[in-house]
Amino acid sequence: MNRRSTELFLTIAGPALLLLVWEVLSRLEVISPFYWPAPSKLWGTAVEMFRDRGLWSDITASLWRIFAGFVIGTVPGVLLGLAMGLWWPVRIFFMPLASAIYAIPKIAILPLVIIAFGIGELSKIMIVAISIFFMIALSTMSGVLAIDDQFHDVATNLGANRWQMIVTVALPGSLPAIFTGMRLALGFALIVIVGTEFLAAKEGIGFVIWQNYQILRIKEMFVGLIITGLMGWAMNLALDVVERYAIPWRSQ
Amino acid sequence: MTLALKHEQMTGHPERGVHVVVRNTDRVFESKQGEVIALSNVNLEAKPGEFLVIVGPSGCGKSTLLRMIAGLDQPTNGSIELLAPEGKHATNSMVFHGRTLFPWLTLRGNVAYGPKMHGVNAAEAYERADELLELVGLRGFERSWPHQISEGMRQRVSLARALATDPDLLLMDEPFGALDEQTRYILQEELLRIWGDSGKTVLFVTHSIEEALMLGDRVLVMTARPGHIAREVSVPFGRPRTLTEIRANPAFAPLFQEIWSTLREEVERGGAFS
Repeated sequence: MNRRSTELFLTIAGPALLLLVWEVLSRLEVISPFYWPAPSKLWGTAVEMFRDRGLWSDITASLWRIFAGFVIGTVPGVLLGLAMGLWWPVRIFFMPLASAIYAIPKIAILPLVIIAFGIGELSKIMIVAISIFFMIALSTMSGVLAIDDQFHDVATNLGANRWQMIVTVALPGSLPAIFTGMRLALGFALIVIVGTEFLAAKEGIGFVIWQNYQILRIKEMFVGLIITGLMGWAMNLALDVVERYAIPWRSQ
Repeated sequence: MTLALKHEQMTGHPERGVHVVVRNTDRVFESKQGEVIALSNVNLEAKPGEFLVIVGPSGCGKSTLLRMIAGLDQPTNGSIELLAPEGKHATNSMVFHGRTLFPWLTLRGNVAYGPKMHGVNAAEAYERADELLELVGLRGFERSWPHQISEGMRQRVSLARALATDPDLLLMDEPFGALDEQTRYILQEELLRIWGDSGKTVLFVTHSIEEALMLGDRVLVMTARPGHIAREVSVPFGRPRTLTEIRANPAFAPLFQEIWSTLREEVERGGAFS
């Protein structure tokens, strides 16, 4: 086998082996088939959940919360990060705040977010936005700081003013770092939204998992888990596509 | 074709170049170890339309001098004046040392950058960029990214980018330093062809004596620690020149020797053995 097909084989082998062991142990009742239903039995459950129980609208509800929160958190995050990278007083002023808030498990601020934004959709969107805001800001800042000083000289020499410097040097120069931050933030957003939906939602993929666990519909719970994994994977692919368009000089 | 373009681009007026006057200029940097005197009492003058080369060892403050003339740095003492004809504002562009093309812009975008910053609309700026890319022999690469082309091509783009704002003064900081020998020869000849009768004043910094003699009307020899102008050499070769011609010229070896003897002392004193 050449390297490429070996890679493909190994990529598939991990998950396949896990599913196979799980399937066999469950069928032989080494592990409880009720709490650990065989993967092959989940398929029918999934079809039924999509058809009869509106699983699709739970998925779109979660995706929408993540997307909206992502936009609301990323745009100001990039702006603050640019400011922190460009002006040292801004950097020093925000750094302790950013480091402290960055370290708090974001789900812990859910009560505060609900107090501030109510129990409706807005609080779910805002907790995603708040969770990723400083992460994006810190990535953007490090991206700006990593830009070679020579580019500053070149732009000045060619007549760029301060504003043009931000738009034509600081922003594009920090885009790769911004995307690194967004990739990290995407994982965080999924964790936060599932946690939030466990606690304070009437729909969403986290709600599906928690709700079914509480009434011991274990198969349905597993379907929710698997869908969550697939959502993370799909969102990463989507970000790859956006990145290829946003950073064309990197992708060739 | 390229000659016609050249005239269109640069509107060659022999009297249009900038007169550069550097007087009694020092540049002192503050560091944790104390003061570092990068330049001490530098005096030089470049006449309008002149191709002036500054040759010196590494770390002699050549780049600092060029940056100050470009207005990117300020002298500690002394004065630097760029005098344009008819009292108009003197413009300069710098070809920087190393990899300084914006990686996030295509070659066209890089060359169009200066005009765009000066308020030229995008379509016109790109048109000018394409013409300049053709002038430096890079037609067909307009949409390439800097990382996709060779170092020699990148330096051509840097030159085109500096020319795009049609500056009265062209500052070049070891632009061919990182190139292999053959590519360097070709780019030296191309630079002379493009400079031609554009009337632009050129200040060119290098550590290569041969390059200095190949390009310059005059060569200033700079010494290190602190940097100052130690010697001035007039280059007697006519134009257009080629490297083979000037190497065969009986005046070449004595001039080379004259510059090298000044430099050698300095390199042995300060640079190579420290």
